[in-house]
Amino acid sequence: MQDHCGINRRGLLLGASALGLASSLPLRASAQTPRKGGTLRIGMADFSTSETLDPTLMDSQFQQNLHWQLRNNLIEVGPGGVLIPELAESWEGSKDAKTWTFRLRKGVTFHNGKPFTADDVIYSFNLHLKEGSKSQARPLLAQVESMKADGPEVVVFELKDANVGFPAITSAVGLYIVPNGETDFDKGIGTGGYILEHFQPGVRSVVRRNPNYWKAGRAHFDTVEMICMKDATARANALLTGQIDAYNSVDAKTVSLLQRGNAIRINRVKSKAHFAFPMMVNQAPFTSNDVRLAMKLAIDREDIVKRVLSGFGSVGNDHPLSPAYQMYSADIPQRAYDPDKAKFHLKKAGASDLRVQLHVSDTPFTGATDAAVLYKAHAAKAGITIDVVKEPEDGYWSSVWSKKPFCATRWSGRVNEDVIFSLVYSADGIKAGWNETRLNDDRVNRLVADARREFDTEKRRALYGELQRIVHDDGGSNIFAFSDFIDAVSNKVTHGELSGEYMLDGSRAAERWWFA
Amino acid sequence: MHVVLSISAKRLALGLATLLAISLIVFFSVELLPGDLAEAVLGQGATPEAVAALRHELGLDRPAAVRYMAWVLDLLHGDLGRSLATGRSVAELVADRLGNTVVLALAAAAIAMPLGVGLGILSTVYRGRAFDRVASTASLAGISFPEFFTAYMLVAIFSVKLGWLPAVALVGTGESWLQRLVVLTLPALTLALAVVAYVLRMTRAAIVGVMAAPYIEMAQLKGISPVSIVIRHALPNALSPIINVVILNLAYLVVGVVVVEVVFVYPGLGQLLVDSVSKRDIPVVQACCIIFAATYVLLNLLADVLSVLSNPRLKRPRQQV
Repeated sequence: MQDHCGINRRGLLLGASALGLASSLPLRASAQTPRKGGTLRIGMADFSTSETLDPTLMDSQFQQNLHWQLRNNLIEVGPGGVLIPELAESWEGSKDAKTWTFRLRKGVTFHNGKPFTADDVIYSFNLHLKEGSKSQARPLLAQVESMKADGPEVVVFELKDANVGFPAITSAVGLYIVPNGETDFDKGIGTGGYILEHFQPGVRSVVRRNPNYWKAGRAHFDTVEMICMKDATARANALLTGQIDAYNSVDAKTVSLLQRGNAIRINRVKSKAHFAFPMMVNQAPFTSNDVRLAMKLAIDREDIVKRVLSGFGSVGNDHPLSPAYQMYSADIPQRAYDPDKAKFHLKKAGASDLRVQLHVSDTPFTGATDAAVLYKAHAAKAGITIDVVKEPEDGYWSSVWSKKPFCATRWSGRVNEDVIFSLVYSADGIKAGWNETRLNDDRVNRLVADARREFDTEKRRALYGELQRIVHDDGGSNIFAFSDFIDAVSNKVTHGELSGEYMLDGSRAAERWWFA
Repeated sequence: MHVVLSISAKRLALGLATLLAISLIVFFSVELLPGDLAEAVLGQGATPEAVAALRHELGLDRPAAVRYMAWVLDLLHGDLGRSLATGRSVAELVADRLGNTVVLALAAAAIAMPLGVGLGILSTVYRGRAFDRVASTASLAGISFPEFFTAYMLVAIFSVKLGWLPAVALVGTGESWLQRLVVLTLPALTLALAVVAYVLRMTRAAIVGVMAAPYIEMAQLKGISPVSIVIRHALPNALSPIINVVILNLAYLVVGVVVVEVVFVYPGLGQLLVDSVSKRDIPVVQACCIIFAATYVLLNLLADVLSVLSNPRLKRPRQQV
């Protein structure tokens, strides 16, 4: 279970990490000394036969886990959102937060024996940055003006604008370090704790321990095998019968059944992932904020968390931050289901018999269609008619999401507050194609830029608090729930405090876990 | 014998034309689906810029007709091309999985076919009696349950409760043939249960049909035992429909097992096809469809040839007078 009291320590660490001090702090607490050996077998729910190990194509949880078995980033995100120095030993920003200097770890070698240097970092980042790159990480790095090596152990990033949160971005999915000049990514060469033995996309992967791994006290298994298992029941059966040791995406309905025996443990972690029904603020009838408020008041969040998430989640408050973020503002009152107030706002907007179409499929999240049907029933009490339009699963992201004025969406967590607000709620986000509500509010754009310039944690907290309030009050996103991550693990497996960034301990189970 | 050869030659030529037509239909059907590989692979992150870059890299910005012709030309050179998504050779991608699919189909057939035909014969021998009714009802139940239900029941009993057999069929880990047979037992049994009823009922119906013929009555009047009548006199004349149903079901075992593959985590061709369609990975979709279509064409041809061979009248067509 995640530690909920970690906010203060997290705040301290994040502030400290901006100055590169985190290396002197303990990585994490663990009850036992890790033991080496054994084969960890993981049943993976999220995969595709079309996967490669090209860092610029990020697709699934399977890929993420495999990448982090084979490769490292400059910075790692630990439990509670702590930034841990990985291939970067330390980092330091200039006073204007526009120049960031990363000091790299010495004596690290790739699986093929090549020593790790600054050129590898520049090559790896350029895969995403260069003209014509297909990388989804490109918008994250659009702020980079130039990169240069200062000797083999230092890389200097010059940003176009100030960004205090820049170091955190280097921990993102996709920004793995590969050897300079690498083009055959499927060989899986990296600096990570495991070496690629076998990778058949959509079927399985096998890695064995890297005997020369530079990170002390990590990567304890002899081999790690990931098996692609689409069917939730198959994953559960395989764990029950001992064919695998862990699996992700546990069906919430089966949790109590799995817990019946004492051989299986359920790892439930609060996450940053949220579900929403975004409305485009530049499309009628959602151009009126009264209509948007009415829509937000007409959804019974508790009911959806209870019925669609089987209780494995918490209600959202129409802004993208959960308590898992350092800058979460607890001061904003929780918006509750209030059909009468919704009616009031509709009357004010002159739209008393509002009728809207909600486009959904189960692609954004399992149960999206059910949630939409529940919403329809909730909204009917406020006099709103929602026509639920069931769209095909295939091509949902390309032809429905961010195309239809009112649809279903899901956001996994982002590494910090800056990324989620600038990517999804700012004018830059509209350009990059991620701003699903088309919110283009000068206050938001200015606050995002100000927060990037602000080194002082408390001042940043105030700026992000204001951002949350604006999106909560005026935004188009009807963010009704945050989901929990649920993994099922054999009792033979042990670990320390779990990360809530992604399932399976932030997609780093292979490196962090061991057999008791 | 030349009749068989000429039928085969004609049917093969026709089969090739069918395959070409199918490849055309499949290609343009996938084209008609919304979105393309670039959008599917990039998912929610499909910014216009990233999509354009990926399309250009993969040559998806060329017109569909040009891409189809390029694919046909490669195929004529024996080259199935490369997967758009992974850049891996389609032949390699498909070969492993085709092997898995065929092994599973054969294992299921090895259980289902003898069982179906045998029970069918016994049902005719004892027709109208308790055995016939039980076999008929039980096999009907087998058809009626959806495959995933049968599969879950078998797993619940034999894996979770009794612990005799593995719950998921993980293959390709360097296991021996014996181990592979153990692993395949439950999926093969699931498929067999779905197919046995068809074979049983068709066998029974075909033989019962023949049993009404006057020559059977003659045999009965001569005092031949019922078992001997069914096996020596009726069965040979009922072979043709039985062969047809056996072979059609064999084709089903190759092409229709996606659900069983998913439930047992078995890396077969069906799952590859489904994934590739959802990613719009046309070369892989084409290869899978061609293999499935070829399976049908060849097995149908085999059924016809065997029917001819089993029927002396078809083997030597009457001379025109």
